Amino acid sequence: MSASARAASVHSLWTAAPAADKIPAPHIEYAQLSPVLIVFGVAAVGVLVEAFVPRRSRYTAQVGLAVVGLAAAFAALIALAEKGYGTTKAHIAAMGAVAVDGPALFLQGTILLVALVAVFTFAERRLDPMAHGRHVDSFAAQGSAVPGGDQERAAVRAGFTTTEVFPLLMFAVGGMLIFPAANDLLTLFVALEVFSLPLYILCALARRNRLMSQEAAVKYFLLGAFSSAFLLFGIALLYGYAGTVSYSGIASVIDGTAKTTPALASSTQNDALLLIGLAMVTVGLLFKVGAVPFHMWTPDVYQGAPTPVTGFMAAATKVAAFGALLRLLYVVLPGMRWDWRPVMWGVAIVTMVIGAVIAVTQTDVKRLLAYSSIAHAGFILAGVIATDRNGVSSVLFYLAAYSFVTLGAFAVVTLVRDAGGEATHLSRWAGLGRRSPLVAAVFAVFLLAFAGIPLTSGFAGKFAVFQAAAQGGAMPLVIVGVISSAIAAFFYIRVIVLMFFSEPKADGPSVAVPSPLTSTAIAVGVAVTLVLGLAPQYFLDLADKAGVFVR
Amino acid sequence: METLIGLLVAAPLLGAGVLLTGGRRLNRYGHLLGTLLALVSFVLGLVLFANMLGKSADDRTLTSHLFTWVPVESFQAQVGFQLDQLSMTFVLLITGVGSLIHIYSIGYMEHDENRRKFFGFLNLFLAAMLLLVLADNYFLLYAGWEGVGLASYLLIGFWQHKPSAATAAKKAFLVNRVGDIGLSVAIMLMFTTFGSFAFADVLPAAKGADATQHATLTGIGFMLLLAACGKSAQVPLQSWLGDAMEGPTPVSALIHAATMVTAGVYLITRSGAIFNVAPDAQTAVVTVGTVTLLFGAIVGCAKDDIKKALAGSTMSQIGYMIMAAGLGPIGYVFAIMHLVTHGFFKAGLFLGAGSVMHGMNDEVDMRRYGGLRKYMPITFVTFGLGYLAIIGFPGLSGYFSKDKIIEAAFAKGGTEGWILGGCAMLGAAITAFYMTRVMLMTFFGEKRWERDAEGHEPHPHESPASMTIPMIVLAFGSVFAGALFSLNSRFVHWLEPVTGHSEGDSPLSTGAVTAGTLVVLLLGVALAWLMYGRRPVPAVAPRGSLLTRAARRDLLQDDFNHVVLVRGGEHLTRSLVYLDHSLVDGVVNGTAASVGGLSGRLRKLQNGYVRSYAVSMLGGTAVVVAATLLMRAV
Repeated sequence: MSASARAASVHSLWTAAPAADKIPAPHIEYAQLSPVLIVFGVAAVGVLVEAFVPRRSRYTAQVGLAVVGLAAAFAALIALAEKGYGTTKAHIAAMGAVAVDGPALFLQGTILLVALVAVFTFAERRLDPMAHGRHVDSFAAQGSAVPGGDQERAAVRAGFTTTEVFPLLMFAVGGMLIFPAANDLLTLFVALEVFSLPLYILCALARRNRLMSQEAAVKYFLLGAFSSAFLLFGIALLYGYAGTVSYSGIASVIDGTAKTTPALASSTQNDALLLIGLAMVTVGLLFKVGAVPFHMWTPDVYQGAPTPVTGFMAAATKVAAFGALLRLLYVVLPGMRWDWRPVMWGVAIVTMVIGAVIAVTQTDVKRLLAYSSIAHAGFILAGVIATDRNGVSSVLFYLAAYSFVTLGAFAVVTLVRDAGGEATHLSRWAGLGRRSPLVAAVFAVFLLAFAGIPLTSGFAGKFAVFQAAAQGGAMPLVIVGVISSAIAAFFYIRVIVLMFFSEPKADGPSVAVPSPLTSTAIAVGVAVTLVLGLAPQYFLDLADKAGVFVR
Repeated sequence: METLIGLLVAAPLLGAGVLLTGGRRLNRYGHLLGTLLALVSFVLGLVLFANMLGKSADDRTLTSHLFTWVPVESFQAQVGFQLDQLSMTFVLLITGVGSLIHIYSIGYMEHDENRRKFFGFLNLFLAAMLLLVLADNYFLLYAGWEGVGLASYLLIGFWQHKPSAATAAKKAFLVNRVGDIGLSVAIMLMFTTFGSFAFADVLPAAKGADATQHATLTGIGFMLLLAACGKSAQVPLQSWLGDAMEGPTPVSALIHAATMVTAGVYLITRSGAIFNVAPDAQTAVVTVGTVTLLFGAIVGCAKDDIKKALAGSTMSQIGYMIMAAGLGPIGYVFAIMHLVTHGFFKAGLFLGAGSVMHGMNDEVDMRRYGGLRKYMPITFVTFGLGYLAIIGFPGLSGYFSKDKIIEAAFAKGGTEGWILGGCAMLGAAITAFYMTRVMLMTFFGEKRWERDAEGHEPHPHESPASMTIPMIVLAFGSVFAGALFSLNSRFVHWLEPVTGHSEGDSPLSTGAVTAGTLVVLLLGVALAWLMYGRRPVPAVAPRGSLLTRAARRDLLQDDFNHVVLVRGGEHLTRSLVYLDHSLVDGVVNGTAASVGGLSGRLRKLQNGYVRSYAVSMLGGTAVVVAATLLMRAV
């Protein structure tokens, strides 16, 4: 090689290359991503508030910020939907990373509303007795203090509260907004971690039973990390198969419509990579929705986490995770339907049956609701398996209906208290209907909705998914679903019987009088439950209109 | 004109609504409002009648469609009215007699503190009954059918503080339910066979039905007959009518004599096209009618309670009508004609009975009456005219209508005709006997009344004008209606376009039938006079023959129902409960126990250790991966 040639190559290495292949600035459609950006912006401001605003005013500032931010994000979302981004103008934004389409907007709207209601339960400060002259909420005085230690006592005496929960919540919401809209596997993974990490921390922050709360958080974290590893491994395998992480890219390789690069020729023909990758990514998502056998974290975490967090997590995580699962199965893998459907059949059946059966012997109301959420994950999976537009719209409707019932039910759980905090053991709920008829009646409404009794949203949702599943040729799944519903009805009704037809205990728990915050949360839950139960058609149509994925 | 039909129903419905929701402030005027609205209905009926007379015979049907009630794909239930000669007849009977009885009730219920409610119920009844006869389809007819059932229930139990009244109301309701099921099944059959339940679709379709549909039509006919049996107190669903006399007497007169109980006759006549092609169902109708006309007459002979004697008579007279309706086109017109004349004289008889009770401290036992003709002259005369009409005294209403039915029965032809005609004639003899008995025990002989429980000697007196005037009007009807209808076969020509009519081929001449009827009538009257007129009536009923004792117990109908239905039902219930406890509960509890056991075992997997959770996830992943790969391999 001549000197000049060497010089040229060095030149090209060090100087010309940047000039020729400048990394282009990514093109971002800020307006179309505004709901997500608003939420993240508010979360960042929340962190600054923690740093610079005096402790006294932080609570007010944080609650105000969160409420305004979520409301603004929801307004921005509605504006997008009005402009037709859910239907005619649906497309893929942010250089192929994020989809803006009907299902994404519908699920993001649900998550934002759920989060807004959850903020109310997070902000509740009337339930616990005053600690040293200050109102306290459900969260630890100081998260870093050792439970039962001197530091904790000092923090309690000083009247500290963990207002960091609000920015944490906002970060989680931001991740959840991206999760169902993620259009490539890396965005999917980042979004998963963005919403998971704040949740792990939130789980550890209970004011009472802190050890149990921290145990739950550690379990959630370890198992979450484990499942993330599966997801990431699956992503790697899929990349190895298709040479791209973009959903549409992988889909076209599966369809055989993509231009094959000679370098990848050997791996694109390797279906083992595809199948194992598909299975592992699916496992990562099934963990988040709490499907059997990846469900075991659910009861422990639901029980240990502060109840407002449980309510939020149970409602919003499920919406986000099912959204991501739907997009993965409908956009990336429709060509693989014959491979994943039988497996998902099996998962759905086991999830419905095991969730319902184990719930029968539960004695703690939060664990009961956890198993109930597992069974519901199975019902929703039945709708996912339908693999047609009805399947999508029924799942969307179910998620919207279910999330508000869940949020409301957990909000009621925060009200029933005794000296040790929330009285979650079911035996303590005996005769609640005699002492606090209104609270018991509201809880009964939620239980009936869980059970899928007509005139509640639960019936409309269950009917929609089962109908979609039956039309999609999954009749056996519907039969198992109905039998599981019957088993599930047993333990829901048992709680109602316990509340209304048992003698109240002399030293039974009392029902705390909540502030308007929790009352609003519960009232919204009841209202949505009844409206979606009595007049579901408008919302079914809405979900139907939103039922097409962009590719 | 069409709008008037709706108003006809709306007026009493409005009255019912106002009176039943208006509260106590309406107490002073409520009865007047109710009566006024009944009269409004009657006047509207007269206007429509005059309008109808002005048209030619084939062009008299008016229809009026209001709205679609239940629109579900091919199931389209309409609210629409059809006013033809048949419904017109009923409209005039219902509103006319109804108005008179409203007026009568003003006096009769004067001292009842719930008089406003009573008039509300009466108005409700009028509205429902008009709906029943004006409906242009079976579905709406069913609404009216249930409406009159409800009104009947409410009015029988009007004095619900009396246990007997409350029980009687329940009994009437329950027995009627059995019939109602018949009607609903008939409507379902019609819908599945013809895809409609409008008269305009079903009846022509029935007429043109092919042989394959005849079995279904027979089924529909039987179900309609079941419905008619319930509403019209025909054997075997007759048991409620006697007890229904627990209601206030005006109710017995209007609902349980003149109008509601004749709804079964209306139903069968209206459905004539169905029965005409279902001869088996027709035979059943005739049989039911014949059995009931004798059954009711025999029961009527043994009753000492004046209202129950009249109730037996009602049953028997409706038996005549049902029998006539079962004879087909030779009988439809006479069934309706007898229905109208019966409406006059039976309502008059009941009002007379009410007047007697009014003057006798609500005593109903005829053995405690006697010689009342001197004390209650108007009641005596009007009751007497009704009596003459019902036994078929020549020239009065009953003579014309009942003779025609007996003639039609003979005209059925063959052995059947002889049996039917013979039974009808026997019934006429028994009618003459028991009505003469009622007449003699009430108005003739020695006075037998006693002090009541509180020691008051009854002071029989004539009733006030508001009660006597309706009785006088009805007496006029009892006397002249039959002649009016029969002159130039007017009634036959009037109804023929709707029901059709054919002259039968009677083996006996009209003269022979009339003569025979008169002979048996005289025999019945003479026998009654021998037993109750010539010798004094004992104040305490003698033991009597086996038949008498059975007839006193309504020919053991309640005993039969008790043994067969109640006992049988109880046994069935007990065995079902046993099955439920042992088999069903066993399966259910077994399932529950196994689910619980499974749950307990599965729960142990949830041991709280992250390591075992992770293992389960790993295992799950392995299974999912393996299954996915396996699916491809298969």
